[in-house]
Parts: sequence; C-alpha cells; structure tokens
Amino acid sequence: MTASPLSHKALIATLCVGVAVLLIASVAVGYAPLDLGAAIADLAAGRQTLPALVLAELRLPRAILGAAVGFSLGITGAALQGLMRNPLADPGVVGVSGAAALGAVVAFYFGFSSAFALALPLGGLIGAGLSTAFLLTLAGRGAGTATLILAGVALSSLSGALTALALNLAPSPYAALEVVFWLMGSLSDRSLAHVALALPFMAVGWALVLTTGRALDALTLGEDAAASLGFPLRRVRLLVIGGTAMAVGASVAVAGAIGFVGLVVPHLMRPFVGHRPGRLLLASGLAGAALTLGADIAVRLIPTRPELKLGVVTALIGAPFFLALLRHLKVDGE
Amino acid sequence: MLEARHISVNRGGTLVVRDLSLAARPGEMLGLIGPNGAGKTSVLRALAGLDPIAAGTITYGGRTADEIGRRVLGRTLAYLPQNGRIHWPLPVEEVVALGRLPHGAASVDDAVERAMDAVELAPLRRRSAGTLSGGERARLLLARALAVEAPALLADEPVAALDPYHQLQVMELLRATARAGTAVVAVLHDLTLAARFCDRIALMKDGRLIAEGPPAAVLTADRVGEAYGVTVERGEIGGEPFILPWRRHDRAPDRKEPEA
Repeated sequence: MTASPLSHKALIATLCVGVAVLLIASVAVGYAPLDLGAAIADLAAGRQTLPALVLAELRLPRAILGAAVGFSLGITGAALQGLMRNPLADPGVVGVSGAAALGAVVAFYFGFSSAFALALPLGGLIGAGLSTAFLLTLAGRGAGTATLILAGVALSSLSGALTALALNLAPSPYAALEVVFWLMGSLSDRSLAHVALALPFMAVGWALVLTTGRALDALTLGEDAAASLGFPLRRVRLLVIGGTAMAVGASVAVAGAIGFVGLVVPHLMRPFVGHRPGRLLLASGLAGAALTLGADIAVRLIPTRPELKLGVVTALIGAPFFLALLRHLKVDGE
Repeated sequence: MLEARHISVNRGGTLVVRDLSLAARPGEMLGLIGPNGAGKTSVLRALAGLDPIAAGTITYGGRTADEIGRRVLGRTLAYLPQNGRIHWPLPVEEVVALGRLPHGAASVDDAVERAMDAVELAPLRRRSAGTLSGGERARLLLARALAVEAPALLADEPVAALDPYHQLQVMELLRATARAGTAVVAVLHDLTLAARFCDRIALMKDGRLIAEGPPAAVLTADRVGEAYGVTVERGEIGGEPFILPWRRHDRAPDRKEPEA
C-alpha cells in the first residue's frame, strides 16, 4: 500500500468530522427513546427532567468515554509501534492494560466496588499507576526498548495469573461471571464521574505521546541514526511508555479491556499518512475514537440480551480485519 | 574539525579502544581501516557521540558534545550506521528528508534535492523505500546522511552492500563531499578503495591505532601484513594505487586479549 495523495490536514479534518458525527450519533442512540433537542434544551436550562438526566448521566458520558478510550488506544498503539518499530506492538504489550484490569478485579474481589461505585476504576488506575511506575523506573535506568517489552510481557503474565487466581477463588460463580463480563470491556452505565476520573490522565497521556512525533519519525532509521539526529532516546521512551501507561491505564480502568483498536487502527491509517510515524499519532487517535464510537453504537443497535460487550465487538471486527491487513503487508514485503 | 584525544572506549567491561588520538579535518577524507574486531565501529560511534568514552576527550570545532548540546550535535555531524535499516516504507524523498530533522521539520527542501541528485535517486523519489533493491537502499541511506549537510560525515562501511559500480559511485561521492569542505570519516574494508579515495588512512588493530598518514605510507606490505595477517599484491594503474590481499599468512595475526 502506498501513500494517499490526501493531504495531512485534509485527513485530520475528515477524521475530526467523522468523530463529531459519530459522537452525535452515539448520544442519539440508546435503548430508551430520547428527544435529543428537548433533552439538550432542558440540560442547558438546568431543568432536572428525565430526558436531561438520560442525556447527562447516560448518553454523554458513554459517548465521551467512547471517543476518549478509542483515541487513547489509537494514539498509543501508533506510538508504541513507532517506538518499537514493530507493527505488532499494541498498548497491551507494555503490560499496563493487564495491571489496570487486575487492579479493578482486586477492587471487585474484596468488595470495594459494592461499597462505592468508583472503586472499580480507582482500582484500575492504581494498578495502572503501579505498573507505570515500574516501567518508568526501568526506562529511567536506561533499559532498552527490548527490555521494556519483555518487562511488559512479564507484567501482563503476572497480572493475568493473579486475575485468574482471583477468578479461581471467587466466592461465587456469579461474582466470577461479573468479573469476566467486566474484563470484556464496556461503556454502558458509565457516569460523568467516570469521565472526570479518567479524562485528565488520558489527556496528559495524549500530550506526552504527541510530543514524540519527530523522534518517532527519526526512529524509522533505527535507534543509532535517530540518536545521531539529536533525539534523546531515553527521554523518548519515557514519554511514550509513560503517556501510554496513563492513557491506556485510565481507559482500562473505566471501560475494561478493549482489544484490537490499538493494534489495527495504526495499520489502517498508515497508508494515508505516507507511513510517517509522527503523522500517524493524531490520525490513529482520531480513527481509534471513530472505530470505538462506531462499535459502541453497533453494540446498542444489535438486538441481543444481554448487550454485546464492546471489547467482544472490537475483537470480532478487528481480528478478521487484521488478517486481511496481514495479507497486504506480505504483498508489500514489509 | 573533529578531534579525538587519547580516547578509550569500554564495552561490557572490555576496553575495545585504547588511548587513540585522531583528527578529521574539513575538506579531507579519512579512511578508518583494520581487521574485524579492531574497534573501528567503536571509534566511529564514540566520535558520533553515541557511546560514552571511558577516557580522553572528543571535540567538535574545539567544543565537547556536552558544550554543544545534543540538538546542535545532530546538525554538526551526520552518522551513517553500518547495515542501516528503514523500518517503515516511507517514500524515498521522505526518508532523505529525515536528514533535515536536526534543522527543524523533515520537509523536502533544497538540501534533500541535492542529496537525492548526488546518489541518483531523484527519479525514484515517490517510490516506497520498501520496494528498493539493497544497493538502492544503501544509497538512499547515504542520501539521508548527506541531507543533514553537516560539517562532519561519519560513515560505517558505506560500500559494504554495493556492487562495483555503486561502490565507486559512493566513494567518489564521499570524496566530493570532503572536497566541498566536509570532514569525512569512513570505515572501510576494501584496501584499494581506501588507498585510492582517502587522503589519510588510520589503521587500527586490537583497539589501538598502529599507523596513520597518507595511504602510501600506511598501506605498506609490512603494516597490512601485521594488521590483517595477509600478504598483498600492490601496483598502479594510471598513477592510482591498487592493493589486493593475496595470501593468508601461515597463522592468523597475533590478537591480544582485550583488557578488562
């Protein structure tokens, strides 16, 4: 696949419009009928009507989180693939997703989540924070990219094992089932409190990652050439790993594990940005937001009970799509 | 001028370069030669500021890397690594434009055009780097280094992957780059190319500089024999020297165990 003639600004503008349309669609779609115009008018006027409450407490948080989680997964997937120069890297590879999931499961297992609603995402954030601190310590000591990946794999394995242990020792099958469902990833029944909890971490994560664009471009030539061009690689690693950990940790903490977005979206967007890793960041973030919003709308439109989990839908869309992409990659000789 | 004074390089507890002093002058091409494991790449990496030195000083126009700062150092020298890779299939011109990153944005400007013209890759400017042959890729990476337009160019085995035509092309290009005022240091294995194209030769063995000077003074049968463990056939064609490794010595050259 080769670069599209579409200019970068036009691409970003198109993606922004797409995300905006999907945000509106996400707010408009739901199980209960909602007069969107009336709901917005009531909300703006400060009237505590049912439509205003549905909009503020259910639809808006779900749409905002869909966009923010998707943006986080897309941008960090692109950054990690650029940093590691490996098209198979995804946000899960640094182990923060697994650690965030474990943190949430621990909160659930010890009953904190029934004591107060935000215990689950807080547990996730603590898990993500601890694993981030571990990775940043390693990166700060000068660990190379390969060491960081291996540390991430070890973290993922340990988190997975401890999550399995929690499921194994769950007090009842229902508790285990609830944990498994949570792990599948979903945006339903999230509130503005979830948004307020996760969004600041995500925004800082995005900002950190976006500062590395030029360094990721230089890394196309390998670490030695990038360093000779004046880029401080240790700092770049810290920024990408730290930013990823914050954005993805916060995402998993509020939405559970949503697979394949971070892996597939950079591949989708790469031909449109001339394969430049730096330009890929924003494009992947926006495309990730669009994909996640679209999948979350699909979840609500597909008439199944219980509702399909978002992570299940993204994996069902993502996996076959990824296989198709791999065929192209082989043809391109990458 | 790029100058190393009494530098030592320690890799994994082993001294791979010992008390080496070397200067690369503007307008001059310096060939760094020696057998495998002599420490040539280690010297080049130290000169490029990629690896720390255990002793000695390296200065760029009289200032150290710390004094210059990493960003300015990126404009002060261009480094062409051995076996360089291009990890994403960017269009050719955008790979070359990465050489402009130390100057600001990686955009296709006049320096990029000059570099592409120099290696004859301008006609392939929109081609994906993933579709190039090995030789084209090597020239593309050289063009990327040339596009930095730095006062010093450090090239690690720049002709290793090239056919004879392109070996000569790259050597002519490096010499022309030197003539235009750049200090060029190239690690080379081909003794004839080193003799023909370099203004000075630095011959290394076991991490030490064993000879340095004009090619005719350094590439003597004795010194080449001592360093490489081979006899050479020498001659001249049209006033230019050639040196062919001809026979191995009965036993490999003595190689000192590296010091801890």
